[in-house]
Amino acid sequence: MFIRKAFLLLSTFFFVIGLLSFPALSRAQENPYFVAYDHYLEEPGNLEVEYFSTFGTQRGGNDFHSYWMEFEYGVKAWWTTEFYLDGQTTFGDSTIFTGVRWENRFRPLKREHFVNPILYVEYEHKSDADKILKEGEGHDVEADFLVPNALARQQINNEIELKLILSSTVKGWNFTENTLAAKNLSNSPWEFGYALGASRPLALKASAKRCTFCRQNFVGGVEMYGGLGDRYHFGLHDTAHYAAPVLGWNLPSGWTLRISPGFGLNDTSHQFLLRWGVSREISGFGSMVARMFRGRP
Amino acid sequence: MRLCLVFLSLSALLLGGSLFCPAKESQSNNFAPEQDGKPESVYGEIGKAPEKARAKRNPLQNDPEAAAAGRILFEQRCAECHGDAAEGSKKGPSLRAAEIQNAEPGAIFWILTNGVVRKGMPVWSKLPEPQRWQLVSYIKSLGIAPARTPKSASDESRRPSAKDSP
Repeated sequence: MFIRKAFLLLSTFFFVIGLLSFPALSRAQENPYFVAYDHYLEEPGNLEVEYFSTFGTQRGGNDFHSYWMEFEYGVKAWWTTEFYLDGQTTFGDSTIFTGVRWENRFRPLKREHFVNPILYVEYEHKSDADKILKEGEGHDVEADFLVPNALARQQINNEIELKLILSSTVKGWNFTENTLAAKNLSNSPWEFGYALGASRPLALKASAKRCTFCRQNFVGGVEMYGGLGDRYHFGLHDTAHYAAPVLGWNLPSGWTLRISPGFGLNDTSHQFLLRWGVSREISGFGSMVARMFRGRP
Repeated sequence: MRLCLVFLSLSALLLGGSLFCPAKESQSNNFAPEQDGKPESVYGEIGKAPEKARAKRNPLQNDPEAAAAGRILFEQRCAECHGDAAEGSKKGPSLRAAEIQNAEPGAIFWILTNGVVRKGMPVWSKLPEPQRWQLVSYIKSLGIAPARTPKSASDESRRPSAKDSP
């Protein structure tokens, strides 16, 4: 318990210190999605620190606020690795740490094509109390969230998640389709899910002046995601689905802000999810760490 | 406790990745031109642009603001690797070399779109086409500059000489 709290505290501390002390901030051109992924990886050597929140309504129980932090690092131009810390507050219940995730994305093709595949592999170590809804999978439905935190946190799951990301950019529009297969390592069947996204900057040409509110800094779009059942009961029966407009604002100062109101599309979905997030990219983080340990100035 | 172990393993992996990958990259991708010329492979990729891509004309070549907008984009996305004045650095080659400045705008646009993923340059197709052409306008406006001498006196003094070797 103490270790978990210290862990959260330390990560928050490093997040704040990191953001305040890194001078080499790069201007990100981030997509606005919360769930869907496109085919663009982190630039090599850059670290992106991100914080995301989700407020969700809960029928028959208490609403919740879940949150996660991402540390996204570009190891190579074809490989991005991410580390997540998840937590949640269920109103009228408690605030708890719910797990960690380690995600890797690989770009198998050297060049840009009409459809660009990305391979995604993630390991999750999380409790049943996890409510970040970072993906729709299997038969996960709103009723699963009714279990009190004290009970739900006792069930720990180790899960492997695979995704095939197919993404295309045409005339400024990005279209992406993610197919998901997840396996709980404790003898559960494979579960499936999907995410779809489309987005476009509000202006395609850049302004010749530095500006904060120029249309090119805003990226708008929509995403849709949900579960597709499991190996034995594949399909839409007893699954949850969401549609959400998304808006991202890439500030010239290096920050990116995102917001997305999401709506449940069937009776087994949460009726409303409000997501928001803030991120900042730190250029040359890898070189800086390497220099630090090699004793170079 | 198990969480702790997982976290420690992941931390070790991430730290190892961040320490060794850049180190390896800086050795293999030393883009700073050598005194007797430029490493052949650095600019070789631009020669691979297909004929159709080379033949593309810059639709913004008559736009008086294209280079100015391209400069801002360059500072935000490219200067980190290619240097503030596009003169090159250890992470990326000079864009003021004859190989780039004499290349067709379409070939530069092709490189921006496709990246040189295996050698560390990301795909920049996430920038809309007009912005990539604005970048091309800026890069072409720079003109050829003499190869930068990569080894400053301080660098030279830090470099181990043959007689320092055992």
